[in-house]
This record gives sequence, structure tokens and C-alpha cells, in this order.
Amino acid sequence: MLDTFVIPLLQIAVLVNALLVTVTFLVLMERKVMGWAQARLGPMRVGPYGILQAIVDPIKLILKEDITPANADRFVFTLAPIMSLVPALVVFSVIPFGPEQPYYIADINVGLLFIISVTSIGVYGIILGGWSSNSKYPLLASLRASAQLISYEIAVVMTLVSVVLTAGTLNMIGIVEAQREAGLWFAFVQPVACVLVFIGGLAETNRLPFDLPEAETELTGGFHTEYSGMRFSLFFLAEYANIIVISAIVALMFFGGWMRPFPNVEALAFLDLIPGWVWFCGKIFFFLYLFVWIRATFPRYRYDQLMAIGWKVLIPIAIGNLVLTGIAKVVL
Amino acid sequence: MADDANQPAEKPSRPAVPPRPGPAAGAAPRKPKPKAPPEPPKGPPDPPPPEGMDPPGFVAALQAGVPGAVAQLTYWVGDWSVIVPAERLLEVARFLRDDSACGFDYCADVTATDWPPRAQRFDVIYCLYSTLNRHRLRIKVRAAEGDPVPSVAGLWPAANWLEREVYDQFGVNIVNHPDLRRILMPDEWQGHPQRKDYPLEGPGEYLMEDPQDWLQVWKLPDESGSEIE
Amino acid sequence: MMTDATEAPRRIGQAFDTDELVLNMGPQHPSTHGVLRVVLRLDGERVVDADCVIGYIHRGVEKLCENRDWTQIVLLTDRMDYVAAATSNLGYVEAVEKLMQVEVPRRARYIRTILAELQRIASHCLWLGTHAMDIGAMTVLLYSFREREHVLDLFEEYCGARLTYNSMRIGGLPLDIPTGWDKRVSAFCDVMETKLDEYEELLTNNRIWVGRTRDIGVISGEEATALGLCGPPLRGSGVSRDVRKDEPNAAYDEFEFDIPLGTRGDTYDRYLIRLEEFKQSIRIIRQAVEGLPEGPVMGKVPRLIKPPAGETYHAVESPKGEIGFFVVSDGRSTNPYRFRVRPPSFCNLQALSRLCKGHLVADVVALIGTIDIVLGEVDR
Repeated sequence: MLDTFVIPLLQIAVLVNALLVTVTFLVLMERKVMGWAQARLGPMRVGPYGILQAIVDPIKLILKEDITPANADRFVFTLAPIMSLVPALVVFSVIPFGPEQPYYIADINVGLLFIISVTSIGVYGIILGGWSSNSKYPLLASLRASAQLISYEIAVVMTLVSVVLTAGTLNMIGIVEAQREAGLWFAFVQPVACVLVFIGGLAETNRLPFDLPEAETELTGGFHTEYSGMRFSLFFLAEYANIIVISAIVALMFFGGWMRPFPNVEALAFLDLIPGWVWFCGKIFFFLYLFVWIRATFPRYRYDQLMAIGWKVLIPIAIGNLVLTGIAKVVL
Repeated sequence: MADDANQPAEKPSRPAVPPRPGPAAGAAPRKPKPKAPPEPPKGPPDPPPPEGMDPPGFVAALQAGVPGAVAQLTYWVGDWSVIVPAERLLEVARFLRDDSACGFDYCADVTATDWPPRAQRFDVIYCLYSTLNRHRLRIKVRAAEGDPVPSVAGLWPAANWLEREVYDQFGVNIVNHPDLRRILMPDEWQGHPQRKDYPLEGPGEYLMEDPQDWLQVWKLPDESGSEIE
Repeated sequence: MMTDATEAPRRIGQAFDTDELVLNMGPQHPSTHGVLRVVLRLDGERVVDADCVIGYIHRGVEKLCENRDWTQIVLLTDRMDYVAAATSNLGYVEAVEKLMQVEVPRRARYIRTILAELQRIASHCLWLGTHAMDIGAMTVLLYSFREREHVLDLFEEYCGARLTYNSMRIGGLPLDIPTGWDKRVSAFCDVMETKLDEYEELLTNNRIWVGRTRDIGVISGEEATALGLCGPPLRGSGVSRDVRKDEPNAAYDEFEFDIPLGTRGDTYDRYLIRLEEFKQSIRIIRQAVEGLPEGPVMGKVPRLIKPPAGETYHAVESPKGEIGFFVVSDGRSTNPYRFRVRPPSFCNLQALSRLCKGHLVADVVALIGTIDIVLGEVDR
């Protein structure tokens, strides 16, 4: 009873809360980092250095009027943001923050498969949200989203398969342990795969330079043009939760998860004083920062260029990488 | 004060100032403001080039190439312009664009001026420029209300919107235009705001459902020219 | 067989009903730079046809000017191209000076040139930022606004205003420059040159930027001339046309500067040209500041401006292109009888539907940016 219900529920409660709080502060971090990159200060008014902005923003969003457009499909319109957010949260059930029990909720042997399949559901939220708004800009955006997310999903999954080949397991803990046995982070074993997954992650989370489904300056906000109030903030939460998911996946699969750098070098054993989950969160934050940095630097791709990159560059490279990994696996 | 206004006219370096229409402005000694009911001006002076000044080559080429089309050649503060009857406008325009001595490939502006007392109340003005020979010329066409003025948008696509604006603001009847719609004013607008007899002020936006109504009301008392209260 | 004539023809033999989508872009849209409305007919995301609807902020400036004194009009010209007010001022006062045949002191002409070129830098800064923003590069906007702020500070120091300057008078200038202003202008030129490298680093060789702007909205020189494009869009197509060189006004004939020309006539060329114009403007300002002559800044003008009857057209090169003023005086009243602006944004905007055809929705936004319109001037 205790092991099957109470503890997992407590874990879930802690994780979901931690996640939502992280998202609000992630937004603050994004605004701050963008501000510094752009020779300005970012939010400074609410609290010291604008720290309380992270609390005020959600309050504002909750208090805002929640509008449903007159000709929207009301049921789907409400369903869409939920469909978008829930998978992003569910994924965290199999993401381990450490090797032993209190640090993960579920340790299933097809963990990676679970992550890939559940995150794919989130796409429907965007597609349905755009379609059910009964408005032209969101419709265009949802068409873009469906094409973009599906094509980048293929590239990302193919690349992950090559990592699975290297690790020999789909279990998330197993993949990290495989890196300890190899004595190297997979970022050095599979550098191409690492870059591909990160680029694909940018595209799947609709971040600049691939933020076409919500291209603010073209489609006036894209699929969430017609959303307001809490339903809008669910989309918002989902987007940032997905960014954390991608960062976590990259950290787990390529940068040794909770392990300190150079896990096999005894001379660096003092680094183990820092607990594993701190290392993991630190790595996640590094990639979150990278997301923001990229946003502050690049212009946006155009739709046809985006598809061309997905199909003509990323997927061939992913297949090539997979084949090479397979050959290497057989030969070595 | 009034003498000051006349002063530039006495400079020797300037081209001859044409006689002013109406009573001389310098006549009123102290109060220039009221000018009780001033007679509205009847048109621009359109002075001919001063004695001894030869027109530039492109004007000569035009006069030779389209004989008899130039009704009047005028020169003022360095600008050359030709007055052309509306029915020969296209002929003249095509020649100006295609002839190598003229080469007016750039239609900088199309606009109009409204002189209500005149029978042909509109001057439609085409400002041309040659990016090849780097000279300017204005064509001027006079038209009465409703007189057809051929569109030059076929020769210079640039004239498309400019002619739409002339139509919108003055109500000049431009014919054979590819897309003659109002451009600055709303499609359902009544009247043509740049005309001199169009009032500067109306009763306010709350009465604007049918602007024609207040135009009628406005016109009931003897409405004279551009003078405002 | 009888068919109902009112019934729409069925598409027989077509698997899908492929109607065109009519998309109303604007007047409330983040990238139409004001209240421009573009009605797009789309085939998927490809633009089949585009129609611009303008006039949302038509204030009747021309009509208004015909009911104001000649001197009062200067501040109305500010309100047309409100991001390049000084060049509008310049065009108007020079048109009236031409009509009155007034001699303007050399110092005034030099300062006018400095103001106009500073204005060009400020306007191009705004263009660069918003154009990059439309394409998604957000940071450039804040960088270029930082430099625009410097220019506005200089303007504020000169005439007290930051946007609508009212900075020129018929016959000269209202004020001489404040002490040390020319030094600060040169200092700004030094700063600006280093900042230009920053913009270029972010954009010029950026693959995404090049991909988004190369071969977008290509227009040949002949077509651009026929369509009445002016300013950087015309020069981007390789037509050497700049009012500053061809019909020198202010003091431009005394300075050395180059007219950058494009070769391919696409959005990237127009971008490069405007960046080069930054450098040429800095070059002109430096020459003008160094050679600034002493003397009065106001010529001999009658107290009551009343040009003799006649009409003239005078053009200057605004940051957007050729801004022309056609003014008619009846020789009797203190108002212009006719006041007409040839607005460069208006004439450039006309080319938008031609440029858009065949491109994607995302390119429409890039193209609106590349022709650099200010709706205050389009609608007047």
C-alpha cells in the first residue's frame, strides 16, 4: 500500500509542483537572459531584480478572462491545451533524477520508448487547438505544426535508436549506467546524434529558429492566437515543460545524467560530494540556457526551409549515423 | 509688411513674374486678413520661358516627335512643364517614355490641382523623371468635371495608385485604369476631399453615417471657395 | 439535361476541393508596421495575390496644409514620416525656398545636411530592427534602437524634440547648433561605426538570415523603375538613382559619398545597401562637421511668407526614397493653394503585391520590412 500508492503519489506531487515552479522561474530566466543578451535589464519591477515576476505572472494569467471564440468548437477548444500539457508532465514519470528509488517514479524497461510515444501525443494539442479556434492564423499554424513536428520526430527518433544501439537498452537508468561503463559520456561517443537530438528538440518544442507554429510576427501568435487566460497558460506551461523534457533527455542520454564529469577518474572523486540530482538539474539548466541563448541569436526559418532541413539534412544524417553505429556495433 | 511680400518679385535674377490675377495683394495697407469675399484664383500663371532661353533637347524632341500636341510650354523656377490636351496625353506620354532623347522612364508623381472658377477646373499633373538622362518634366492636362482623362498606368505601372489617389481625392474621371477604386478614403465615402469646395470641417463623426447629408447641409448657405470661418 | 444556372459549377474529377484561402493580414498585425492591411489569397501558404488596403490613418494632411500658413506646415510634415521627420522638413522648406528663390546660408545648408543624415541613420536603425524582428532575429532590434536613442538624444539637444522635430524654417534654421554639438556628433559617428559591425555579425553571414532574404522579392531594374520604386529598393535593383547625387540639394554637392548599388534586386541586396548607407551617412556627417562654415543660419526671408504665384516640384532623398513636394502658390494668400507630397513609402508599397506573388506567408512579412514603409506617410 505504502509502496504502491502513497510514496508514488507523494513523488508525483513533489515533482509536478517542482516542475510548475521551475517553469515559472524558467520564464523569468528566459526574460532575464534575453534582456542581458539584448543590452537591457529584463524585468526589474516586481521584487528585487524582478524575481517575484515569476509569481505575479501566473496570478495574472489565472485572473484573466478566459475567452472562447463564438464559432469555436468548444469541447475541442478546451481539450486541446489539456492534451498539450498532460503528456509533457507524464513524461517525467520515467525520467530518473538518480539511480535509486526516491529519485525516480517508475523504472520501466522501455523508458525511452515511453518518452517518445507520450511526447508525440502533445502534438495533437497544438493541432486541435489551432483547428478548433476556427480562425485562419491558428489554422495555418496547426498545419505547420503537424508537418513540422512529425518530420522532426522521425529524425529525432532515428537518432535516439543509434544511442539505444550503443547503450544496448531502452531503460533510462540503463542508458546512464552504460555511460559509466563506457567511461565516457555518449556526447563523445555519439557527437552527431547529440547535436541532432538537440536541434530536433528545438524544432519539437517550437523554439526559435523553428518556432513557426507560433511565429509571432507572421501568424500573430500561431495556434494560441485565440486563447487567453488559463487555457493559454496551459499551452505556455506545456511548451516550457517540453523544453525541460528535451533538456533532460539530452542530459540523460548524452551527458551522463546524474553522474559527475569523468565518472571513472578517481582523482575527481571529490565532485561526488555534490549529490547526483544536483548534477542532473545543473545539466538541465545548462541546456535551458542554451535554448534561451539560441533564441536571442537566430532569425526564424521559413516553412519550406524548415521542411527541407528536416527531410533533406537531418533524416539522412540520422539514418547514416544509425547505419554507422550498427556497423561499429557488429565489428567491435 | 505688405512690401516685404512683394520684395522677391523685384529681384533681377528671377524669371519674370506674371501678372497676378485679381486685386494686388499689396494694395490693402494694414489689414491683409479679411479680404472680404476674395475672388477665387482662376489658375496657375503657367508662364512661358523667358526671352532668350532655349528649351532643353527633350522638349524640342517632343515638339518634333508629336507635332502640335504641346499646347503650351511653361518654365518656372527651373521646372519645365508642358500643357497637353487630354486626348493626346497617351501619345505624348508614350513618346516621352520611349524616345531616347527624352527617356522618361520614371513617373515620380501624379497629382491634381482644383481651380473651381475655371471651366476645366482640374489640372492633372504628371511629374516625370528620366533615370537615364537625369532630367525632369511635368505634363499638365486640363479637365472639366467628368472629362475623361486617359490612364497612364499602362505606360508607367507606378501611376496606378497615384491615379487612384487623384480619382479618390479629386474625382477626376480617369478612364481605362486597371483598378479604379478609392484608395485613401473608405470605399463608401461621398465626395472628393481635396476639391476646393469640399468643407474642411464637418459636424462631427457622430453624423457620419451618410456624409452626403452633411455635405448637402453644408452647401446650403452660399459656399464660396476655401474660405473657412 | 437541364441544370440550375444559379448552382456553382462542381469540380468534377477532382479528388480535393482546393479553394484559395483569403487571409486578412492587418490592420492589426504585429508585422505590418502600423495599420496596413494586406488581403492575401493563399494556395496553401503560397501567395497567389495580394491587395493592399490603406488609408486607416488618413488625416488629410494635404488638405490641412492648404489651410495653414506656409510656416505652419513644417510641423505637419513632421507627422507624415514620423521616423524621418527631418528629411520631410528639409524637402518642404527647400520646395518653398525654390518657389521663392531664397538664398540659404551655407552654414544652414551644412547643418541641414547633418540633420538629414543623422535622420537617415535613425530611420535605418528603426528599419533594421523591425525588419530583423519580423524575420525573427529579436536581438538586433534592441541593439539598433540603442543607437537610434543616441541620434534622438542629439536631435533633442539640437531642437528639443525627439520625434517630431520641426527643425527647419523656410530660409534656414531656427537655431544654431548648441556648443559642442558637432563634437558629440563626431563622437557618435565613431560609436556607430563599431556598432555596425555588431549588426553585421548577427545578420550578414548568418545562414538563416541569408536563406530568408536571398532571392526573395527579386525585381529587375527596369521593372523597379516602371513601378516607381525609389530609395534603397530601387538601388537594390541596380538602378543608380539617388536624389542627393542626381539633383543635389542642401550641401550634398560639396561632399564625397558613394551610392551603393545592388546586383540581384532581392531582399538581401536591399539589406546590404541600407547597411552601406549607414556608412555613407557617417562619411557625409564627418565631412560636414569638419567643414562646417561660420556664418548665419537664417537667410533673408520676408516676415510674411507669400511666394509669388507659381508651382514647383522639389524632391529630396528621404531614408525611404524620393520624397517630393509639389507646391502651388496663388500669390495672394498666405496659404499654399495646393500642397502635395509624393510619399516614397506610398510609391514603394505599391510594389508589394508584385513582390509577394509566389512567395510564402513568411516572406510577405520580410517584404513589408524590406520596402520600409511608414504608414503615417502612406496614408498622410
